[in-house]
Parts: sequence; structure tokens; C-alpha cells
Amino acid sequence: MNDLVARLIPEFERWKLRYPAGFEGSLSIPCLRRIQEERGYIADNDIDDLVAYLGIPRMQVDEVIAFYTQFTRKPLGKHRIEVCHNAPCSMRGAEGLIAYIGAKLNIKSGETTPDGKFTLSRAECLASCGTAPMLMVDDAYHENLTPAAVDALLEELSR
Amino acid sequence: MTDTLSPPVPPVLSGTKFFMNFPVTDTSHTLAAYRARGGYQALEKVLKEMQPADVTKEVSASGLLGHGGAAFPAGRKWGVIKLDDGEPHYMCMNADEGEPGTFKDRWLMEYVPHLCVEGLIIGSYALQGRHSFIYIRGEFDLAHRRMADAIEEAYAAGLLGENILGTGYSCDVVLYRGAGSYVCGEASAMLASLEGKKGWPRNRPPRLTVKGLYQKPTVVNNVETLANVPIIIARGAAEFKKVGVAKSPGTQMISISGHIAKPGVYEVEYGYSWEKFLYEDCGGMQEGRALKCIIPGGVSTKILSAKEIEGVTLDHLTAVAAGSQLGSGGMIAVAEGTCMVRLAQVIQRFYHHESCGQCTPCREGMGWMERILDRIVAGNGRPEDIDRLYQISDANDGTTICSLGDSAGYACSAIMDHYRDEFEYYITNKRSMYDGVLSVHDPFASALAAMGVTYGAPAGAHA
Ligand SMILES: Cc1cc2nc3c(=O)[nH]c(=O)nc-3n(C[C@H](O)[C@H](O)[C@H](O)COP(=O)(O)O)c2cc1C
Ligand code: SF4
Ligand code: FES
Repeated sequence: MNDLVARLIPEFERWKLRYPAGFEGSLSIPCLRRIQEERGYIADNDIDDLVAYLGIPRMQVDEVIAFYTQFTRKPLGKHRIEVCHNAPCSMRGAEGLIAYIGAKLNIKSGETTPDGKFTLSRAECLASCGTAPMLMVDDAYHENLTPAAVDALLEELSR
Repeated sequence: MTDTLSPPVPPVLSGTKFFMNFPVTDTSHTLAAYRARGGYQALEKVLKEMQPADVTKEVSASGLLGHGGAAFPAGRKWGVIKLDDGEPHYMCMNADEGEPGTFKDRWLMEYVPHLCVEGLIIGSYALQGRHSFIYIRGEFDLAHRRMADAIEEAYAAGLLGENILGTGYSCDVVLYRGAGSYVCGEASAMLASLEGKKGWPRNRPPRLTVKGLYQKPTVVNNVETLANVPIIIARGAAEFKKVGVAKSPGTQMISISGHIAKPGVYEVEYGYSWEKFLYEDCGGMQEGRALKCIIPGGVSTKILSAKEIEGVTLDHLTAVAAGSQLGSGGMIAVAEGTCMVRLAQVIQRFYHHESCGQCTPCREGMGWMERILDRIVAGNGRPEDIDRLYQISDANDGTTICSLGDSAGYACSAIMDHYRDEFEYYITNKRSMYDGVLSVHDPFASALAAMGVTYGAPAGAHA
């Protein structure tokens, strides 16, 4: 078992206490989330360890990682910037926001800056449509954005 | 970095408020503050004075309709569960809130998390569930923390866990975070996800109330639906029904976005004037524009023109009579001057991205529709494209496992029904009747112009 998974096991065991017996498989998504939170991505041996720990088919874990957009199997930039581009945000300037950040960072959506600091991508509605345009950096929402607000945010994140 | 809350409470509309009826402060979401407002008294009453079946009866009598989109009567769903079948029963709160334009569950979880938890415990008791689940979308951060804190506070206060309030009833709650998938808001997909699998919807029957989570009888209810339950118990079904109108009792949390002057979450008593809501309470359109049309309840509901909502009230039957639905309460206002072809393209791009790929008409159809719309927007549309879009929409109707495919079809065909001339103009002239404009005010336009960056139509694929 790798060090990270071994270190997280006591935490996983505590979670189990609130589940009914026989729900081990349910822990796949929470465990993967927690592993990714620590490592930044899901490594091959994380999957091996999780499959062994939960006693579930490897296929299930592979499918889960592929299905949910928040999981990644490769390292991304230090900060993940996700700009919502669904209809309500587009109606308040999301397309300009994406173009502006892309130009500032000199990358396109789906790319990571060469210094590894930022990965830029687009997201579907993040339930923040009333404060559009908006984006999410790592876990935090940033709303009602303007060029000045984006400049300040990128500066803060670059430090 | 500071937490970003949902938009603050907007000016209070006239009418009864079940949720937006207290001053919001830094601590108004905590257990102490909730208790000071009378919180958890309904739970105490339920556990100490009511039989589980009586709780379901009360909820049925209140006429409470589901707030997740389909307006299904909550009491009727609970009533399917057979309390004496010897099986475990699961109550699951659907907090996946992903329907574009919808952000009212986020408000409830951020501002009144204990009300949500109390509703869930009461619902669990009515089903005699020992374990209950809250499925919250993976991107929610503050809403997740507020719910997690509320649950821990409830455990510490003896409101959850073993022998709740000394009544002998025990219930554990799992707060389960999704990981990015719109279709997991669909009830059967949500249960698959709760089993730790990819979120594929499944065919009914069997219904989820018969075979749900791990094949056991399960009720899935929206956050707002369950948040109404303590209110029904506290007021009594008869008093609850006095609020709203006959076939739509109570209130609806409406999140409004798009080209509206005052976007945000509003609590509206059913039967409220739609025009008064838009033009007075929400301040009309941005920059004084005229209203072109409205998406009433998330992008999956059919668009209505400004004319079609004249004299219409906000309740389920009236919205259906007007040709749409109140859906999830995610209202999107569209101002005059907006290019409807581009709007359809953005919406279709979303459906294509979110199709789980199980059903051929949805998997293939969503991609075709997006490609056709992309081609029209790029100026390469063909005269037959409009008919083709209609054909693909029709092919999805009723042929797919979940209603994602259907909804996408309705959404697109309703836009074409109303604005066919814009589609024809775009195809014939290879350009938009409205210059491809989606926003009334674009905060980035001047900065980008100064930088020499061009953007906008065509919108391109999802990366
Ligand atoms: C594609 C799709 C997405 C859905 N997303 C949600 C959602 O985010 N939240 C929700 O409560 N219901 C959602 N629903 C509806 C659920 O399937 C279900 O009807 C609802 O949670 C039941 O709760 P209610 O009876 O309290 O309304 C969705 C349905 C579909 C087809
Ligand atoms: S209709 Fe679409 S999203 Fe729903 S189950 Fe079928 S393929 Fe999946
Ligand atoms: S459309 Fe961007 S948050 Fe809803």
C-alpha cells in the first residue's frame, strides 16, 4: 500500500461508521476525492490500493474516474481555473471572461501554463448564475467578475 | 480568501415566506440561531407525538409538490414505502443542483442548513429509515461545509445518531459528495453514484420506491422539498395549504439569472404575478431593455415569449397552461437583442457534454444537434438543418432512459418554434440577425478590444 493511501485509511474507516453494512463500494467516490485532494491526481497505485482496500472490481474504479469530470489521472497545474460557460453565465459575459483569462495566461481552455501554475478549463453551470460571470479556482467560487477582479485574482494566485 | 455566499437576500416580495423570513447574519445558519427561531421543534413533535404513517399523511394532506423539477406529490411518493416489509428504507436528499439557471438549493444549504437536515430526519422517520443520504454536487464548497457542520452539530446535540432525543429512534446521515456530473441529479443515476459507481440512469419499473439504493426501497427528494417538511409539521397541513394556490400549495424558491436587473434567489408564494415579479421585484431587464423571452425553470423547460407570460401567475397549472413548466425554479430572463441561435447552441453544447451515452438517440442525437448548430453559427448552415434539428428532437422523445434526451429536444425545438425566423436568417445570410450577441452588458468587451483579442461566435466545442 502506498504511503498516502495508508495514511488516509483511518479516516476512511471513520467514514464507514455512518454507512450501513455492505456499503463498502459506496466509498469509492469519497476515497478517490480524498486521494486526489492530497496528491492532486489519481495515481495508478492509488487505484490498486483502493481496489484492494474496498474489495471492489477495478473496472468500477476505472469507470468512476473516467465518468466524473472532477477526477484526473494526470497532474494538473497548481491552480485549476474553471470558467462556467453555460447559458446564464454566457449571457453575462462568460465568453469574454474565458477569452480574457486565456489571453492573460497565454493558454487555451484545456491547457496548463508552461510554469505549471495554472490549468484553464470550462465548466457547466456551477449554480452561481445570479452572480455571473464566475469561475472556480480549486474549490473557491469567484463571482461578478470584471477585468480588474481577474487581474487581482491572478496576481494573488501567482504569489 | 473569503467565502463567497450565494447572493444576499433580495428585497422581500409580498406574500408568505417559509425560508427567507429572518435576518441573515454571520451566525444565523448555526444550530443555536436555528433553535432560537424554533428549529427542531417539528422534529421533536414528530418523534414524540406522531406515528411514522401520520407524518406521511400530514405531508400528503399538505399537497406538497416536489421541487426537483417534476412537481411530483411528495406524500404520494413516501406512501409507496411499506413500513412493515422488513426491508431497510433509504431517504436520499437530492442536492446535486445542476440544472442550468438553478441555484436555490445552494441558498437553502448555505443559509438554512439545519432546516434541510431537520426535514431529512423527519422524512427518514416517516419511512423508518435507519440510514439516510444527502447527495451534494461535488463543486459545492461552502454549501458542503455548512451542511457538514450542521450535521456534526446535530450529532453533538443528540438530534442524529443513536436514540434521537431519547425517543428510541436512531438515524445516521451520510453527506456524500458527487464528483462532477449533471446526470447524477437524475434520481436513479444519483443512487448509482451513491453506490460508488458511474452515474448511469436506469429504466423504470421497478420504481426506486420498490428497488432503489442497493435494491432497497428508496425515496429521493429535492432539498427544497424536504426543507418544506418541518414547516408543514410546525404549521399543520391545513395552515400550510392556505399559502399559495389550490393545486400549488406553499412557496417556490426562484433563482433568477440572465439579463435581469436584480438576479438572485427569491421566495415567491405560488399564484404571484409573473410580470410583477419580473418587472417590479427583479427590476426588469438590464439597461432597461425589453424582455424577449423567458426560460421558466432551468434550461430543460420550454421557453416562453414575453407575450406568453402576460397575465400569467407563478404556479404549476398556470405555467403548464402557458405552455411550459416551473421546473426547478431556475428562471432565465432573455432581453430583446439576444441571438437565439447562439443561445440554442450554448444550451445544446451542455446537453451533449452531459449525455451519459447509454441511449443511442441521446448519445448520437446530442452530438448531431450540437454539430448542426455549430455549423449554422459558423455560417455553413443548410436549408434542411432546421427540419433535421426537429427530427432529432422528435427521435429522442420518449425513446430514452431518462429525460435528459427529451428535455434537450424540447428546449431546442421550443426555441425554434418561437424564433424560426432567426434560424432561417442565419442560414440564408450566413450571419446572425443579432450579431451573435448573448450578453446585454459584457464586462470584458473593452479590455479585450484594447488587447486586440476577438472572441464570441462561434462558440466552439467544450474543452
Ligand atoms: C438529467 C436530470 C437531472 C436532474 N437533476 C436534478 C437535480 O439536480 N436536483 C433535483 O432535485 N432533481 C433533479 N432531477 C429530478 C430527479 O430525477 C428527481 O425527480 C427529484 O430529485 C425528485 O425530487 P422531488 O420529488 O422532491 O422533486 C433531475 C432529473 C433529470 C432527468
Ligand atoms: S437519455 Fe441520455 S443521459 Fe439519459 S440515460 Fe439515456 S443517454 Fe444517458
Ligand atoms: S450558468 Fe454559470 S453558474 Fe449557472
